[in-house]
Amino acid sequence: MSAVSESNVGTAASIARAPTFIEKYGNIVFRWATYLFAWLTVFLVLYIVYTITKQALPAISKHGWGFITGTTWDPNTRVYGVLPEIWGTMYSSLLALFIGSLFGLAVAIFLSEHYLAAFVFSLLKAVGLQFHPVWGKLPDQLERLFKNLIELLAAIPSVVYGLWGIFFIIPLIRPFCLAWHAKLGWIPIFGTTLSGPGMLPAAIVLSIMIMPTISAISLNALLAVPPKLREAAYGLGATRWESILAILLPTASKGIFGAIILAFGRALGETMALAMLVGNSNVISWSLFSPANTLAALLANNFAEAGPREIGVLMFAALILLGITVLVNMAGAFVLHRASVGQEGVR
Amino acid sequence: MSETVTHESPDRVTQPPGDVIDLGKLEKSLRRPRTAFNFVMSGLTSLMTIMALVPLFSVVLMLLVRGGKRLSLSVFSELPPTAFEQGGGFGNAVVGTLVMVGLAALISVPFGVLGAVFLTEVGPKTRLAKVVRMCAKVLSGFPSILAGVFAYGAVVLITGGFSAVAGGIALSILMLPTIMLTAEEAISMVPSKMREAAVGMGATQAQTVWMVLLPTAFPGLLTGVMLAVARAAGETAPLLFTALFSNYWLTSGGRIDFMQPMASLAVLIYNFSAMPFDNQVELAWAAALVLVLLVLMVNLIGQSLSRKTME
Amino acid sequence: MIIKKMLCFSLISLVLGFGLFCSTADAAEDFVKLIGAGASFPAPLYNKWFKDYHGLHPNVQVDYQSVGSGSGIKNCINKTVDFAASDAGMKPEERAQCDGGVQLLPMTAGAIVLSYNLGGVPELKLPREAYAGIFLGKVTKWNDPLIAKANPDVKLPDSAINVVVRADSSGTTFVFSQHLAAISPEFARSPGVNTMPNWAVGTRSKGNEGITASLRTTPGSIGYVEYGYAKAQRLAIAALENKAGKFVKASMPSFQASLGAVEMPEDLMAWLPDPPGDDSYPIVTYTWLLCYKRYDDANKLKALKGVIEYGLTEGQKSSEQLGYIPLPAPVVAKVKDALNNIQGK
Repeated sequence: MSAVSESNVGTAASIARAPTFIEKYGNIVFRWATYLFAWLTVFLVLYIVYTITKQALPAISKHGWGFITGTTWDPNTRVYGVLPEIWGTMYSSLLALFIGSLFGLAVAIFLSEHYLAAFVFSLLKAVGLQFHPVWGKLPDQLERLFKNLIELLAAIPSVVYGLWGIFFIIPLIRPFCLAWHAKLGWIPIFGTTLSGPGMLPAAIVLSIMIMPTISAISLNALLAVPPKLREAAYGLGATRWESILAILLPTASKGIFGAIILAFGRALGETMALAMLVGNSNVISWSLFSPANTLAALLANNFAEAGPREIGVLMFAALILLGITVLVNMAGAFVLHRASVGQEGVR
Repeated sequence: MSETVTHESPDRVTQPPGDVIDLGKLEKSLRRPRTAFNFVMSGLTSLMTIMALVPLFSVVLMLLVRGGKRLSLSVFSELPPTAFEQGGGFGNAVVGTLVMVGLAALISVPFGVLGAVFLTEVGPKTRLAKVVRMCAKVLSGFPSILAGVFAYGAVVLITGGFSAVAGGIALSILMLPTIMLTAEEAISMVPSKMREAAVGMGATQAQTVWMVLLPTAFPGLLTGVMLAVARAAGETAPLLFTALFSNYWLTSGGRIDFMQPMASLAVLIYNFSAMPFDNQVELAWAAALVLVLLVLMVNLIGQSLSRKTME
Repeated sequence: MIIKKMLCFSLISLVLGFGLFCSTADAAEDFVKLIGAGASFPAPLYNKWFKDYHGLHPNVQVDYQSVGSGSGIKNCINKTVDFAASDAGMKPEERAQCDGGVQLLPMTAGAIVLSYNLGGVPELKLPREAYAGIFLGKVTKWNDPLIAKANPDVKLPDSAINVVVRADSSGTTFVFSQHLAAISPEFARSPGVNTMPNWAVGTRSKGNEGITASLRTTPGSIGYVEYGYAKAQRLAIAALENKAGKFVKASMPSFQASLGAVEMPEDLMAWLPDPPGDDSYPIVTYTWLLCYKRYDDANKLKALKGVIEYGLTEGQKSSEQLGYIPLPAPVVAKVKDALNNIQGK
């Protein structure tokens, strides 16, 4: 460093120097700005919780714990219970998360390992065009196109997913569901027939909706793994998949886990598509084909027409949903903490 | 097939007299379990990836089949039709979606990025950071209808009417957690040696963030923003409570008015898909197609911007 | 950096420029914008009125968005809209919450029909006990004696009746449940009259369009939809037994007979849960516009009155085509009188 500054004595001060007055105070302002937005986030959430609780208070004082454990929703006799909705929310979200993570991770690995680019490259090589100025760019462009297409799944509006589910998915899976129920009806998850909307179509569509989140963020996590780790594994004789499973996935696990938690949050709160596909029946059943109900769909279906009394009850249900989100995230943070205890200083 | 190298005993090589290992005889054979496993997993991954694309093509195909014939330039310059009226379009809804999502991005991107900077740089190990992170995660599970209800109480009731600004605020609540959490991941994945190098050169924290971290993390930031924008563009419930809908262009008496209800593609699709009139149902499908294409375009513009900053 | 700034700037200016370019030249001084929200049932008709009115008076822009009767009433109370609409009128305690007072104006009426999907049965007659029993879960097969004895020359299959009901709370459900409660005391006890009753039976689909889709794809199904919907989508409609014991098909004359059979009271809140008369169709309902009794803005007041009068006169001509029932002349006269209750400052 001293050699550099000595040789640059005549030119303008090199980049390496102490901060100027403006930069120092700019820094202080910047730090305060970040503190401000951090506090604003907390205040926003607290304010939202406060607004919802205020509207839910009449219902909380009237129904209490019975609301969470009750199973009837009868506006006529004013008996409300959301246990079926809580069950439906957890079941559909976990199922969708399972399917969505599998596929999302597969897509992320596919893109990070550049299978497509290698394949197209070998095709071009067969024709001799791999170094062509125009054609040679094809592998990278196809990879980018692929990535864009996956992210495009996130752009499809919720309502369209609902309609697609009704017109395409339900007729598609109906014959399979009837067959499975007929032959394997004794297994609880195939226990009922598919009469139309139900848990399985809802979970399938939900998993498609959250997959782009998982794949896009996991891809970033996988690409951020330093290449030297992968090359070291190859140098020791590992096959591609051995290096993926033993080196890449553990290193990128924090990012992947973050993606999964974000996707889970999205699945818990999904409103429109599930309102159309989940069947909106207050039943608790292990069967994949039975209709069910979720907290968000309950809100969507009942909010527009709700009178002042029912609003309180709906806000109570919303509060429960927020509570579930908090619990899930706390559990996730705990798991992450235990898993990454030995991982400090990887980079 | 003669195998001169067995992987059980790598030191023992049977070979003709001489001292050179014949590299041509080192083969990858599917009969070896490790190779077979590799092959199967690669095949499985490729298969699953192709399956993951099938829904996209299926949905786009459905939109094309049902609404493709209405996709023409007139759809961008005309207003929504009524019951048995022929023709018509949704130009005002396209403008409305662009405006409201733009407003939402204007609010949530600085909010989210600066919050993420706090979480990773300014106060990573503080208790406040843990609380902020938990709050962002709670917000990510927020049902979209509640964002609308909250914005109704916070903005519409206070300003006394439905407006595009309220719609933008409701959408920004939905976009914020995705942007903040993705930005946090992206910034924390920047190798610490870059951070240390900047500090070593005398950079303040602000300079490190602005000149080193954010540009390096830009692709990750962009992913988060694009995911958030894609979601916000397609959300109906928040807009029903805040921006309502309008059957006219966004001007009021000759000037642009953001404090009036504004049309949006999502609410148009919601309205028209529930109509019994074929003309409007077709327009709903065409609108869905336009929405997807719009988000794709924004995605592509963002990526070309990202490439320009890297050069 | 500079390219990025330029790109952002050009994008923003493009959007704004586009918006300005597409504006119609409504720069008149008496430009008025009215905003309404409420029931989804009359939305297609109201939107048609407002657009036609705008064509005749380009300085008046009226927007209406269907958010549900309940939300419409809430918005009316909160004064976030200029007018609202509701299929269920407005309860006295809700009216009391609206300071300044509300004026309810019935603007149109509609009918709810029972549509079914039964291959090979183009016409079906349903007696009262039959369709009440279907929705109570008591009548479970198509060849049940209650249905068979009303349809002697129809071959009814021995299959289960798949009932389809609404998943979301709605004014249509409210009116239908009100009718069922009027003809069946058991229904009145439970599930009862509600926008979202606890149905004993039935798969749930969201919205009229959801019920239509379910009806189309589920053989042996039956459900309730608005007449306009069934007509536009060409669904098979059952003939229902009315109070006089006659089987009446769903058609404009029978709807108008129902409206004519019940006199409109002074407060303009007429309910017809079970109209009398030989030709009356049993399930019809008015739908109301909710206006404030006082408007401070003279331009808004004038525009509102103009639009409402248009709806009561010219607008009624479009009702039938869209599946709504034109108001009987005495009702139109009463509503026009009530318009005078809406004053300016």
